[in-house]
Amino acid sequence: MSSKIRYKSPRALKPGDITLRSISFVYIGFLIILPIIAVISGMFKGGLANLWKQITLPQALFSLKLTFICALAIVVINVITGTATAWVLVRYKFPLKNLINALVDIPFAIPTVVTGIMLVLLYGPRSSIGTFLNKQGIEVIYAKPGIILALAFVTFPFVVRAVQPVLMEMDKDMEEAARTLGASRFTIFRRVVLPTLLPAILTGTALSFSRALGEFGSVVIVAGNIPFKSQVSSVYIYGEIESANTQGALGTAMVLLVSSLLILIVLNVIQRWSNKYEAHS
Amino acid sequence: MSGIRVENLRKTFDNFTAVDDVSFGIEEGELAALLGPSGSGKSTILRIIAGLERPDHGRIYLTSREVTHHSVQERNIGFVFQHYALFKHMTVEKNIAFGLEVQKKSKKEIKAKVDELIDLVKLEGYNNQYPHQLSGGQRQRVALARALAPEPRVLLLDEPFGSLDAKVRKNLAQWIRDLHKRIHVTGVFVTHDQNEAMEISDKIILINRGRVEQIGTPREVYETPATKFVASFVGNVNVVESVISDGSIFINGVSPDITLQMRECDLAPGEVVLLVRPEEISLARAATENNLPGIIRAVHYRGSFYEVEIDVGNNLVKAVIDKEEYKAEEWRAKDPVFVLFGKYKVFDASEGYQQVHSMLKQYGYIE
Amino acid sequence: MKPTPDPVDIEVITLWDKRVRREKLGKWIIIGLVFLWFAFLVLFPLYGIFREAGEEGLKTIFSSLKTADSIHAFYLTFITTLVAVILNTVFGVIMAIVFARQKFKGKLLLESIVDMPFAISPIVAGFMFVVLFGPEGWIGSWFESMNIKILYAIPGMMIATVFITIPFVAREILPILREFGREEEEAAATLGASRWQAFWRVTLPSIKWGLAYGVTLTIARSIGEFGAVLVVSGSIINMTQTATLRIHDQFMNFNYPGAFSAALVLAVFSFVILLFIQYAYKKKGGPLL
Repeated sequence: MSSKIRYKSPRALKPGDITLRSISFVYIGFLIILPIIAVISGMFKGGLANLWKQITLPQALFSLKLTFICALAIVVINVITGTATAWVLVRYKFPLKNLINALVDIPFAIPTVVTGIMLVLLYGPRSSIGTFLNKQGIEVIYAKPGIILALAFVTFPFVVRAVQPVLMEMDKDMEEAARTLGASRFTIFRRVVLPTLLPAILTGTALSFSRALGEFGSVVIVAGNIPFKSQVSSVYIYGEIESANTQGALGTAMVLLVSSLLILIVLNVIQRWSNKYEAHS
Repeated sequence: MSGIRVENLRKTFDNFTAVDDVSFGIEEGELAALLGPSGSGKSTILRIIAGLERPDHGRIYLTSREVTHHSVQERNIGFVFQHYALFKHMTVEKNIAFGLEVQKKSKKEIKAKVDELIDLVKLEGYNNQYPHQLSGGQRQRVALARALAPEPRVLLLDEPFGSLDAKVRKNLAQWIRDLHKRIHVTGVFVTHDQNEAMEISDKIILINRGRVEQIGTPREVYETPATKFVASFVGNVNVVESVISDGSIFINGVSPDITLQMRECDLAPGEVVLLVRPEEISLARAATENNLPGIIRAVHYRGSFYEVEIDVGNNLVKAVIDKEEYKAEEWRAKDPVFVLFGKYKVFDASEGYQQVHSMLKQYGYIE
Repeated sequence: MKPTPDPVDIEVITLWDKRVRREKLGKWIIIGLVFLWFAFLVLFPLYGIFREAGEEGLKTIFSSLKTADSIHAFYLTFITTLVAVILNTVFGVIMAIVFARQKFKGKLLLESIVDMPFAISPIVAGFMFVVLFGPEGWIGSWFESMNIKILYAIPGMMIATVFITIPFVAREILPILREFGREEEEAAATLGASRWQAFWRVTLPSIKWGLAYGVTLTIARSIGEFGAVLVVSGSIINMTQTATLRIHDQFMNFNYPGAFSAALVLAVFSFVILLFIQYAYKKKGGPLL
């Protein structure tokens, strides 16, 4: 071997590295950073005082309250159903299991407006179930239950898919050890399994909360646009945009934007914290 | 046998009989070893005693009570898993306290017991550490303390020496022995390492292919092995001094025309030792490729098998053969014989054969 | 051959089995509950839309679909998806390579920024572009002077869709590139391959299935995109209406057959996409299926 292979330190830049990096910077800068800055500057342009006024308008406030309450309800629902579904899919064998496992992803594949249409078909005023429920005084469409139903559908996979891999990787040893120490099945689940799953559950929850806050397509069809009743923030913002009331839209949009960013940060923190116990294992 | 007693245990997995008519008893307060090669069924037996597996046939008694159909939780056993199975998200204290919390003991009682155990396993100061912050040996001790906290009738350990390195193992073995003397719980541990079994147990139960081969004290098992398997599993390895040169192994004292071909061995030329178990040596009347010439020094009758001492070059080598083979060949002292080594390990001995012998002694390969 | 258990054994086995049976009961209850929830939440609506299809009859559905407006809507969905897929695949791969192979200050921050389109409500996203490209916006005013329409026109819709789908490909490939490939690429370099050759012949094959999975997700998301495109396009029939916008528009105007038939097409399409998603997921080595 006569040729010398030049050793390059891993940090050395290779030809084209800068080009690729610049391309990425421009792409991200133009498509993501620029719009966000534009919105933030728009916020300051109108004046913070005005912004606050817009946010605290009764209709805006109501929509925010409704949105957050529904998102929280979804969180509670998903924690229970998502964990249970993941558990069942990983630990048990039963007929049609593979089919259900595959279908868990359907909410990711179906357009949100189609979800809205499906729900209206089932529970709308022209359906048998809808008319029956209406007679009992229960409104689904154009009311809170409809919103919750739509949100539950579109956020269903988040917790399930977050918990499944962790459950699959879990060492069954710990559960057996707990058995030898006399723990009942429920105690084992509560004190051994659940704490191990907690980071994954939280991740899935944060994702579904974030999604529920911003969901539009399904909710606008199912709940319509009735102020002070079934108007969530995304629909309110839409209304403001359509009425060319930029400041009005900005205010509530900022609240949603900031919430989303906070959730992203929380997610990051959860990731880092969950790696704590695996440090030297 | 009031500590642990099992009768006629049988367990089949699909078509494979893992445990075949196993019976034995352990006195209260005794520390017994379930010794056997991997796949022999010893771990299965342990898990059946624990209640983690259900036997197809047989009975289990713990401290004279029948527990055959009892759930794991009801048996009040302490189990130490091979990889410790510590609760990763709980501190050392919480791990140890777990069994007591399940029993719904008062906070004061729990604290007292936990402190006592942390003291016992010499982990003072580690109360608030998490498993991932501890070394292997430390985790082992936490697992032990956790198992002992609820004061079980019986302590079961699955390959307690398995995941540790040699030095820690030696210390741990002695340490378990001392601990056991202090606590007096009936104990069983599963191992494939005869040295540890011999060193610390009161009684050894040898298992091979799902069956009990022999039950006895370490001395009994070593000096009077009941079967060929026991003789070769427990007991010395033959140490054959040799030299590697030009890709072949020359046995000291054997004519240089006769060598062993090296097999996947990447040691440098020089002095080496071959370690070969007695049961890996087969005898023949005629020379074949790769066997070595020797003279039989003595033949000992052991009841169900024969032990044959052979001088191969400058080395004394012991082989075991079963009764049928003996009857067929009728080996006698002073007979010329050719030995064939089945499996053997090669060790570098460039520091000198004496060094190697002491090292092997230290690691328990030879007496 | 298993020997027949004797009476003593049977007693033990029965006691044991009794306990196990109790545990099994609990297990089936949980399975049942999960099943019920899943059927109610997911299966029932799916059934609903196909039942409706049966009731409407294929003839009515097709006639709704064959209108010029409808065809144009699907055409728009098609081209916006195409553009989003092409751009985000190319740039997604570039970004993933930059993040996986290069080190520079602010890289972590940039990675989080790439995740943003996931977290932002589509309405807010659309709104951001309205602000940016509106007549008073920074860029909008510039384009206005050149008489190029971004908002309420196809370019704006494409930009919005591209924005929404930025993270998918990049996120899928990034972990793969992080874990594998560096040594192979260096090996290729020592063998004289140019960076382009190394990329094409070494890197690309290794991320093949992760890429396929990311692209499939991108397609699904683009087709389904609604809120951002609605705001940015004005939803002008036969001009700036995608399939999803059309569904919404028809529904709001009480033209239910129109809304429903388009929804049905997209629903069927999502099942097809779901199959591809699963296939690519399995091929890339995902553990869940």
